[in-house]
Amino acid sequence: MTRVAKAASISAFLAVVFILVPVLIIATGRTDLYYTLTSVALLSIASAGVWLTFFIGRINIGQGAYALMGGYVSAILVVNYGVSFWLTLPLAGLFCAAASILIGYPILRLRGVYFAMVTLVLTEVARLLALALPITNGAKGMVSIPLPGALSIFGVTIIPNFAGMQSPRLAFYLLAVTMMVLCFAAMYRLVNSRIGKLCQSLQQNEELASSIGVNIAYLRVIAYAISSFFGGVAGAIFAAISQSIYPSSFTVTDSINFMLNCFFGGLGYVFGPMLGTLVLYFGWDLLFQTGKFQLLIYSTLMIVLMLFLPNGLLSLGDLLRKRGSNNG
Amino acid sequence: MEQVIANGLYLGAQYALIALGLTLIFALMNVLNFAHGQMYVLGGFITYTVYGQLGLPFVVALLASGMTLAVIGALMEKYLFRTVIKRSHREESTMLLAAATAFFFDAVILLIFGEKQRGVPKIVKGVFNTDGLIMPYDRIAVGALAIVFIAAFILYMQYSRPGRAMRALAQDRVAAQLMGVAVERYSMIGFAMGAMLAGIVGGLLVTITGVNSGIGGPISIKAFMMVMIGGAGVVGGAIAGGFILGMMESVGLTVLREYGDVTYLVIFAALMVFLSIRPNGLMGKPWG
Repeated sequence: MTRVAKAASISAFLAVVFILVPVLIIATGRTDLYYTLTSVALLSIASAGVWLTFFIGRINIGQGAYALMGGYVSAILVVNYGVSFWLTLPLAGLFCAAASILIGYPILRLRGVYFAMVTLVLTEVARLLALALPITNGAKGMVSIPLPGALSIFGVTIIPNFAGMQSPRLAFYLLAVTMMVLCFAAMYRLVNSRIGKLCQSLQQNEELASSIGVNIAYLRVIAYAISSFFGGVAGAIFAAISQSIYPSSFTVTDSINFMLNCFFGGLGYVFGPMLGTLVLYFGWDLLFQTGKFQLLIYSTLMIVLMLFLPNGLLSLGDLLRKRGSNNG
Repeated sequence: MEQVIANGLYLGAQYALIALGLTLIFALMNVLNFAHGQMYVLGGFITYTVYGQLGLPFVVALLASGMTLAVIGALMEKYLFRTVIKRSHREESTMLLAAATAFFFDAVILLIFGEKQRGVPKIVKGVFNTDGLIMPYDRIAVGALAIVFIAAFILYMQYSRPGRAMRALAQDRVAAQLMGVAVERYSMIGFAMGAMLAGIVGGLLVTITGVNSGIGGPISIKAFMMVMIGGAGVVGGAIAGGFILGMMESVGLTVLREYGDVTYLVIFAALMVFLSIRPNGLMGKPWG
């Protein structure tokens, strides 16, 4: 893609999510869509983290653990210590990144199915810990977390108080979408940088990369930490929106869904997780009208798509391009 | 204490049989079968229908469970997994397929059998009772049957022609193909056998714990854990993993009772520490 085309598509995307979507929602009065779209944005942030671990050749089914951790860190800081939500947001991410360095250093030596399974177990560990620890309030969870307050720097209010707003939904939507854009911009930058190329070498052959002098242990821990940072941030915002967090807020199912979003969008594409999340989440929502056949239709469609597009939705573009060049 | 050990052995025999099927599929195809727990549930419901509802003998029901699942497994391999493995750039794509089939089975089971907990009449009545050891006869019977199936499976893998072919496949797919092993056929047989084992355990355990449509996922996770403890893709490892997990559960539930519901937390944490020290499990291949 040329530079101009790239700039044009980016600005078109930004215009759609920041202007067109809110305008359309206000025009049609479907304010319930805000919640759906906010969820999609947040889930795609967490999925982006999973995608990043795929990028270094690891199957990560443990993102739910970090989302839960981030949610609890933010909730505990806000409720028990009265810290501003805006400060807890990066803190939650950093806490998760630090935890993931400690956990990741030993377990990132595992590969393939072993890593996938350990991370799956990690999700269960996080849930059971949330149930057992005294500070997390057990199965009752943390409820009635206050809405995010105002954020002001040097007396200038940058973000108004969410509690005083008429529609915190719009505010949350804008917050989530902003975070999503930042997150994917960071991912894009990372993947197309020197570190990105090194990560790709890990995905292909770790021994070979190591023999050329790539510090593989360091690289994979860093990638995993960034991935967990995304998970933590997404979890923290989720806790703020629902104003509650429970041990069952993020479970193994969520971890698996994050992974499926990546597969579905396409593992070879940075924006795969975003598209995957959008389609899967909306698909599930739309199928709600089919009642008890919802899961049946959903899973059948997933199997069929997998059979015909095993490399993800975005590989459709490549297929068409190839066909076009063959004909022409 | 005897009671705890007896419970552990009984649980372990069941678990080992579940893990065997999973590890077989993994060894042959490099596919992590997320739908294994759902296959188990399906087997349980078939036995429930044939034995509990239609009143046919238990052996017939068990056969029906095994056979149905074997057919389903073979079809899954032939039409789903083989196609996706061929077309996909990355091997991991089969995980999405496996997860989707798990959802699919969940939906089918829920539609056909409903969400209620189902049980069947006991296969053997009475309780074995001496000082300090109480064990219902049906548990002993099911445990013994499980051990018979495990032994039969090992003998089959060790001494039959298909068994030898499958072991060759698990060791090195390309080399096996070069030696004239019909790779596709034996992959299908292996997948069918793995699914059949899941169906048989489901049929066995429905006589004791009953079955409901929601337990597929948790069973899959337990099966994954056993396979990891023993090492993925190794028959001996799956059996060892099954017995170890059964024992840990049995002992953990007794010893840690006063600390509340922490048995699984301890098991999971121990597993993570164990795997970071010994990444391939007890006897696994370097990586899968």
